[in-house]
Amino acid sequence: MTNPSPDYPDKKSTSAVSDSQRLFLKAHRRHHHLVALARGCLIVLFLGVWEAAARCGLIDVFFFSSPGGIVTCLGRMIADRSFFAHTGITLLEVIASFALVTLLGLSAASILWYIRGLSEVLEPYLVVLNALPKSALAPLLIVWLGTGTNTIIVAGISVAVFGSVISLHTGFCQADPEMLKLIYTLGGSRRDAFFKVILPSSIPLILSNMKVNIGLALVGVIIGEFLAARRGLGYLIIYGSQVFQLNMVITSIIILCAIAMAFYQLIQRLEHRYRKKN
Amino acid sequence: MQPLLSLQDISYAYHNLKGETPALSHISMDIFPGEFLAIVGPSGCGKSTLLSVIAGLLAPESGSIYCRGELLPPQTPCRSVKIGYMLQRDHLFEWRSIYRNVILGLELNHTLTRENTAYVLQLLKDYDLYAFKDKKPSELSGGMRQRAALIRTMAVRPDLFLLDEPFSALDFQTRLNVSADIANIIRSTDKTAVLITHDLSEAITLADRVLVLSKRPAGIKCEMPIRFPVGRLDPLEIRNTSEYQRYFNHLWEVLTGDESIT
Repeated sequence: MTNPSPDYPDKKSTSAVSDSQRLFLKAHRRHHHLVALARGCLIVLFLGVWEAAARCGLIDVFFFSSPGGIVTCLGRMIADRSFFAHTGITLLEVIASFALVTLLGLSAASILWYIRGLSEVLEPYLVVLNALPKSALAPLLIVWLGTGTNTIIVAGISVAVFGSVISLHTGFCQADPEMLKLIYTLGGSRRDAFFKVILPSSIPLILSNMKVNIGLALVGVIIGEFLAARRGLGYLIIYGSQVFQLNMVITSIIILCAIAMAFYQLIQRLEHRYRKKN
Repeated sequence: MQPLLSLQDISYAYHNLKGETPALSHISMDIFPGEFLAIVGPSGCGKSTLLSVIAGLLAPESGSIYCRGELLPPQTPCRSVKIGYMLQRDHLFEWRSIYRNVILGLELNHTLTRENTAYVLQLLKDYDLYAFKDKKPSELSGGMRQRAALIRTMAVRPDLFLLDEPFSALDFQTRLNVSADIANIIRSTDKTAVLITHDLSEAITLADRVLVLSKRPAGIKCEMPIRFPVGRLDPLEIRNTSEYQRYFNHLWEVLTGDESIT
């Protein structure tokens, strides 16, 4: 019997850090701090130039707003609680759309993989539905579902779901055929191949798909709110532009940016935890 | 002695829109209990196809398969001979620990009993992998991974091991050690094994009998029992014997020549 081979990594030997490694880590940290500083400086510079231009009269605040005006608007929205009502409903719609897109996308892609031939039958329809501009469906959704949260959630789903199904199914089909053969040689079924190989090996794909879905669900929800809502950040943007309240429009856009960033970070953390575990 | 498995006049072809590619042509062979049979042949001749037919993963287009003397109905896998298959690469799942990898077959067969779990833990101990049972496959060396793959195959207690070039992905030194290890493990448990290889040295040093296949479509070109007067030696020692040289030269002649010797 052979002994454990010398190429097995010895953890003890990696615990002592050499001077060159310490220097490398220091330079790496310094680079990261510089990047973070540059990012911070860029936004401060942009806001500073914007505010100065507004105060000096170089730009018309009626059309271009100003950071000060946006902060005032945000403060007023928080004070009269409209911030919570509008942000809350948009958040709810985005979460519902995202959850349903993820669930429907995963289920449909799994069924397409499981039933041989079904994907060949449905492929042209999926491609057409994915390519179709979803805003063209909005008037139909309003006629069928009325105006309200349901229509907006369906709009959010329609934007992301077809692309999600196509990308997940393509990923499932690229699983290593030898791994599937291994399952069959051990007496497993196609169902076993799915749950033991396809699904676990596709976790990175599913997570990256979720990152795309959250952005698309947000797009769909805002399109829906533009057309069929009396509440939400999309509604505020349309309403603000109609009454020339540009502060309100830009404040809503900034809140949307914050929501998108928060969701992205959440999935990023999930991905990080998965990578750490594996 | 009754063969464990017997193939009679087996043919198989792959089909696509461009036409058909015959892979196996009228192959007849027996696999006897307890023997270590090696099958060698030119690259792409259909060796793996033959193994897939034996494993029941592919149904032959013509011919018959007898399982412990009983004719198998067409498209029916052999139930009375439990088969364990080792692929070219170990295919350990990175998202499972070594322990969870080696019990995969038990999970799939719904036989994850206390007795079988104890058997698997004992195999891990016997083959020096117990300390690594909670590690991920990427933390193990190539040789250790291949031993883990063997334990995964052994866990389902197969009667017949089908080894589809399981050492081909290893570097030369690891390959010599691991192939000797695995052959010893299989011999010590009195199991039957069929090894597919393109390495004549491996076939001679490990097997009791060597079948040489012709180029595609594969037919049996030569069958050669391997006997050493001093009994079965360590594979490295076998390479230094004169018999080894004789077998090697003869098999090489058959493999590269056109004449059929049976």
